[in-house]
Amino acid sequence: MMTLKNRISTAAVTTAMVWAAFSAFLTGSAFGASEQFQGRVYAMPNMKPVDSTTLLKPGDLAPDFELPSLAGETVRLSSFRGSKNVVISFVPAAWTPVCSEQWPGYNVLKELFESHDVIVLGITVDNLPTLYAWTEHMGGVWFPVLSDFWPHGEVSKRYGVLRTNGISERALFLVDKQGVIKYIDVHDINERPAVEVLVEEMKGFKK
Amino acid sequence: MSSSPRKSLLISALFFVFSIGWLSIDGMEGRARAEGSVTEGGRLPDFQLPVPKRIAERDYLGTKGRGFFKIPEVQAEVVIIQVFSMYCPYCQREAPAVNELYELIAERPDIRDRVKIIGIGAANTPFEVKAFRDLYAIPYPLFPDGDAAVQTALGEERTPFFMAIRIYPDKSHKVIYAKVAGMGDPEEFLEIILQKAELHGAQ
Repeated sequence: MMTLKNRISTAAVTTAMVWAAFSAFLTGSAFGASEQFQGRVYAMPNMKPVDSTTLLKPGDLAPDFELPSLAGETVRLSSFRGSKNVVISFVPAAWTPVCSEQWPGYNVLKELFESHDVIVLGITVDNLPTLYAWTEHMGGVWFPVLSDFWPHGEVSKRYGVLRTNGISERALFLVDKQGVIKYIDVHDINERPAVEVLVEEMKGFKK
Repeated sequence: MSSSPRKSLLISALFFVFSIGWLSIDGMEGRARAEGSVTEGGRLPDFQLPVPKRIAERDYLGTKGRGFFKIPEVQAEVVIIQVFSMYCPYCQREAPAVNELYELIAERPDIRDRVKIIGIGAANTPFEVKAFRDLYAIPYPLFPDGDAAVQTALGEERTPFFMAIRIYPDKSHKVIYAKVAGMGDPEEFLEIILQKAELHGAQ
C-alpha cells in the first residue's frame, strides 16, 4: 500500500520532471540564438566558470604543438615564429551555444586581425569530422581549425585549460612573433569573451 | 491498491497546476518572453533608441535632438526592423540581401520616403555593430543593444528577427510583420510588407 508520504514524493518527482521538460521548452531559444543553428545546437547547462588551472603566464614561451587541421594539413605553432602573431582560441566543444557564435564573430573581424598581422588558430577537442560539419554549418571560418582530439586534449592539457570532464576551457592566448605569450584569458566558459578586449590586446603587438 | 497510481497522478497534476500559478505570479513577471512577445496585429513593446549621431541617419529617420526616440516617431509610414547579431552566421550571409532591400526602396519614388529600415544589434556592443556595418557597408541606421534591453523588451532572443511596423498619421502604430527567420528574397519580402501595409498610392 502506498502511503500518502510516498504518493506525495512520487508526485513531487513527477512534477519536477514535467517542469524540467517545460523549462527546457521555455528557455530553449536562449541557446544557439542564431537561426542558422536552430535545433542543431546542444543546449548546455550552466557550467562551473573555470575548471582547470593554467601555469602559463604572460612572458612565458608558448608551448609548441602540432595538430591536424580541417584543411588536411598539420599546423605547428612555431611555424608562425617571425611571421605572424597568433591568437589561440580554445573553445569547449562543437555544436554548443556560445562557441557557435564566437568563431563566426571572428569571421566579421578578419580584416582587423590581419591588420595586426594576426592569425587565429581555433582549437577544440572534437574530432575532424565533427569540426568539419560544424564549421561548414556556420558558413566556414577563415582561420585554421585544429583538432585536439587524440591523444585526447593533449595540447589543451599542456596549456592548462583541459577541464575535468575532457572538454577545454574557453580560453584565449595571444602569442607574439617571437613565440612569447602576451595575454591570457581563461574565460568564464558560459560567456563570450568581449572582442573589444581582444582587439585592445592585439594593439600591443609590434608590427 | 489500484487507485494509488491514479492518486499519485492527481496529486502530481495539482502540484503542476499550483506551480504554474506560482510561477505566473512570481517568476513570469520578469520574463520578457511572456510579456514582450511581438505579434502581428499587436503593438511594439515600449523601448527607445538613441537618436543617431550621423546627420544622414537623422535625416533618414526624421529624428530630432540628441536624446532618444521611439520607433513610431520615425518619419515614415512603415519601419522595417531587422534584429541581427554580428555573431549570427545567418545574419552575416543575408546582410548583402538586406542592403539590396534598402536599395530597392531607395529606387522607388512612390515609397522611398515612406518605408524605412533600421537594424538592431541584439546584445551587440557599439564596437560589434560597427564591425558588422563596416564589413557589409550597411547604408541604413544600425543601433547597438549592448545590454540587451531591446532584445528583452521584444521577448525574442533568436536572430535574425524581422518586424515591420505600420505608423498611422495620428502616430498610432501596428505590427504588420514579425518573424524569426531570414528575410529571403528582397523583392518578394518588400512585396509582402507593402501588401500588409496597405500603403495608399504605392505601386
